[in-house]
This record gives sequence, structure tokens and C-alpha cells, in this order.
Amino acid sequence: MSVNPRSRKEMPLTPLSSPTVGSMGKTGSWRTFRPTVDNSRCTKCTLCWIYCPDGAITRQEDDSPKIDYDYCKGCGVCANECPVKAIEMEREEE
Amino acid sequence: MAQITIDTANHIAGYAAKAARVKVVAAYPITPQTTVVEKIADFVERGSMDAEYIRVESEHSAMVACIGAAAAGVRTFTATSAHGLALMHEALHWASGSRLPIVMAVVNRAMGAPWSIWPDLSDSLSQRDTGWIQFYCADNQEVFDTIIQAYKLCENERIFLPAMVCLEGFILSHTYAPVKISDQEKIDDFLPPYKSGWILDVNRPYSHASLVSPEWYMEFRYMIQEAMENAKGLICEIDKEYGKRFGFEYGGLVEKYRCEDADLILLTMGTMASDAKIAVDRLRKEGLKVGSARVRVFRPFPVAELRELSEQAQMFATIDRHISFGLEGFLATEAKASFSSQKDPPLVAGFVAGLGGRDVTSETIEKIAKRSLKWMRSGRVEKETEWVDLRE
Repeated sequence: MSVNPRSRKEMPLTPLSSPTVGSMGKTGSWRTFRPTVDNSRCTKCTLCWIYCPDGAITRQEDDSPKIDYDYCKGCGVCANECPVKAIEMEREEE
Repeated sequence: MAQITIDTANHIAGYAAKAARVKVVAAYPITPQTTVVEKIADFVERGSMDAEYIRVESEHSAMVACIGAAAAGVRTFTATSAHGLALMHEALHWASGSRLPIVMAVVNRAMGAPWSIWPDLSDSLSQRDTGWIQFYCADNQEVFDTIIQAYKLCENERIFLPAMVCLEGFILSHTYAPVKISDQEKIDDFLPPYKSGWILDVNRPYSHASLVSPEWYMEFRYMIQEAMENAKGLICEIDKEYGKRFGFEYGGLVEKYRCEDADLILLTMGTMASDAKIAVDRLRKEGLKVGSARVRVFRPFPVAELRELSEQAQMFATIDRHISFGLEGFLATEAKASFSSQKDPPLVAGFVAGLGGRDVTSETIEKIAKRSLKWMRSGRVEKETEWVDLRE
């Protein structure tokens, strides 16, 4: 909840929360492995965009993926789904 | 013109869902409930009811489907019994906590093991603490009327809670009786379309009933309690208003019969009250001052009404078609609790009867009354909980 009520009278009957970008802070800092896209291999099938559980991949105008590293937690689902192995998971530097 | 239909209480529950213009019905079969959703399937298939009929894979899914539909702002209905209701248990809390006015017919059936398909109230009474309003009906007409009334109640902004309309399996569910079904336009006038307090909308996205910290949780619980308290008055108002419009009134939270000068009051729920009335008439002929009070609404519990009755009555005999193992029937517990803070509380004797569909006749109830009167005269309840007609 972005606005905290001052009293019970101001509270809704059940908690309501609107989606906001990054309400938990920049979760990309949790990442151990970093996905990188090899655009020369990418067939623009958009599977990585569909499967990303965090919505951290956006679909660019030519349908190629763009990863938002501020929020990508590095789960590797995109790399696993990519049918042409165009996404590689690389260990983040210390 | 109002129409008199001779049908089973289950089919009548279907007629009520249709008359309430329910928009989403989630259905999963279980004895003795099945013919409720069969009747609705028939209406939807013939095109006489404009509703989305969702055939789900379990009762848990049925409740969750209703939650989703109600959150999207439409009137929803489902029906279940016994183990189906038990499977819904977790979702029942989500419905009340999300403040969604879902109405569900619960066709009471005893819980297994041992396996039983016959009625007692152990299924719905086990859901006592889920935040659902609970009505218990005594005849087919009341099933129809209560479903309509329940929507009116639950969709009120001072309530926004779900309700179970309970009816005993077979005794009502599969028994034919005449029921007056009023004109649709009169029902529409009494029950206008549902206006939700908030609607799930992809254009204005939000999640509801989301995680709250200890800082906020208690207030949300308190608001449910407040709504339950509000329901006490509103149930009575709606019952009166319904009576004026349609000719059937049920005494609000408690239906009283010959209680005005009664020394002993037989406290029951559901169909047992009808037999209690017959017993009362016979006992009255013998000059015994006995009355019958039927708890029609178990949650919220009618504490004030029972206290008012105790100003005249010296004793209450509760007859529970239910047992909370290790203590007694819930009606006995709640009645005692209602009186406990009074200066001179009446005597309360608890009777457990009719479990798993065993017949409770007016003769059985007469026997209970006579034993209670004996205890009343001696001023001492000799047996805290008596199991009626139990084999030696």
C-alpha cells in the first residue's frame, strides 16, 4: 500500500495494492548469474519475453529482447527456454 | 402472477439462484447437493437463465472460481455438502477476508467416517469460524426466500460478506413441497443488480487481500466482526421487508413459537423446529408451558434474542444435530455462553440427537421436553449432555 491510512475509518475493507515498478527496490542486485543475449543467434521468437517470471524482459520494436538488469534476478528461465541457445548465463563479478 | 411450484428444496434452490439473476455458477456434484446444480444446468442449457456455468474439478476450485467471479463484480452462486464443503475450507476464509458476497447453498450431510449421506449439521457447523454468515432453513419455501434475502444482505456495503444457506439433506433436499415463487419483476425490484465495492479491472490493475503486516491485520479482522454485528439488525430488517412484499417472514434471527409465557424453551435449528412445534402444542394441551425457538441464523449468533427469551423462561433445552467431540453440540455451547454474563442465568440442558440422519420425531422432542421439565423443577440439570435414543 503506497498510502497508509491514518485511522481504521480510512482503511478499505480488504487490503488493496496497485502495481508499481520496483516496490521491493532494485531486485537485480540479488543476481548471481547474468543473462546476456547473442543477437546474431536470436530468432526473435519472443519465448524469453513470454517466460520471464519477473517481467524484466521487454520486447523491442524488432521483437528482439531487452533485459532490464535493474530487476532481472538471474533465474535463468530465459536461457533455459531459448530454443537456439542465444542467451548465456555468466557469473556476475564480485 | 406468482406461481406455486411443487418441487424439492434442491430444485427450489436452483429456482432461487435463477430468480436472483446469478451471473456465475461454479458446479461440482456431491450427494445430496447434486440436484441443485443439475437444476441450474437445466436452466442455463434451455436459455432461461443467463449465467456462466463453470464445471470445475473440485469443490476447492468451485469456491475459488466464485471468488474470482465475485471479485470481477458479478453475482455468484455455488452449492455443496459435507466433504465438498470441508475441501473448500481454506477458500472459505479467502472469500470472507476478501469481503465478497458469495451465496452458497449447503445441503447438510453428516461427515465420514463412517461414510454417511444422511443429514446432520456437522459439515456447516465445522465452518463456524470462517467469517461466513450462516442461515438454517426449516422448509422449502424458506430455502427460496433465504437465498434471495442472503444476496440482499451480503451485497449491502455495511456487510460485504459471503453467506451459507443451509438445508438438511433429504429431509428438505429431496422432499417435494409447494413453494410460492414470486413474479420476477417484484424480485428484481427487491434485489437490484449487484454493485461491487471494487472490481478487478485490467485497465486499473491492483491486487486485493494482499499481504499485510501485524500493524494492519487486526483491523481487517475487526471490520469483519463489525460487519457480522451489522448483519444482526439488517437480517431482521430484510426479513420484515421481504415479509411485507412477498408474504413470508421468519422472525429475523430466531423464529419463536409460543414462547411468550414459556417456562421451558426448546432451542433447535433447521427442520427439527417443525417437530418441536408439534411437540409444544401437545405439551401445552397437558398444561405444560413449553415454547420453541429456532435459531435461524447461527452466525452472527443471536445473543440478544436468547437473552430476551431468558427473561421469561427458566430453562432452555438445546437439541443439536451436531457434536463437537470432547464437549457438546455447538448450540448448547453458544446458548450457555450467551447467558453466562447474566445475573440469574437460566438452566441449559444439552441434547444431541439425529446424527447421521436418525429421525427426530415430535415424540422424541416431547420426551426431551418432559425430562427437561423434571430437571427444571428440581433446579438441577442431572446430565450435562444427553444423547437421545442411543443404543445401550
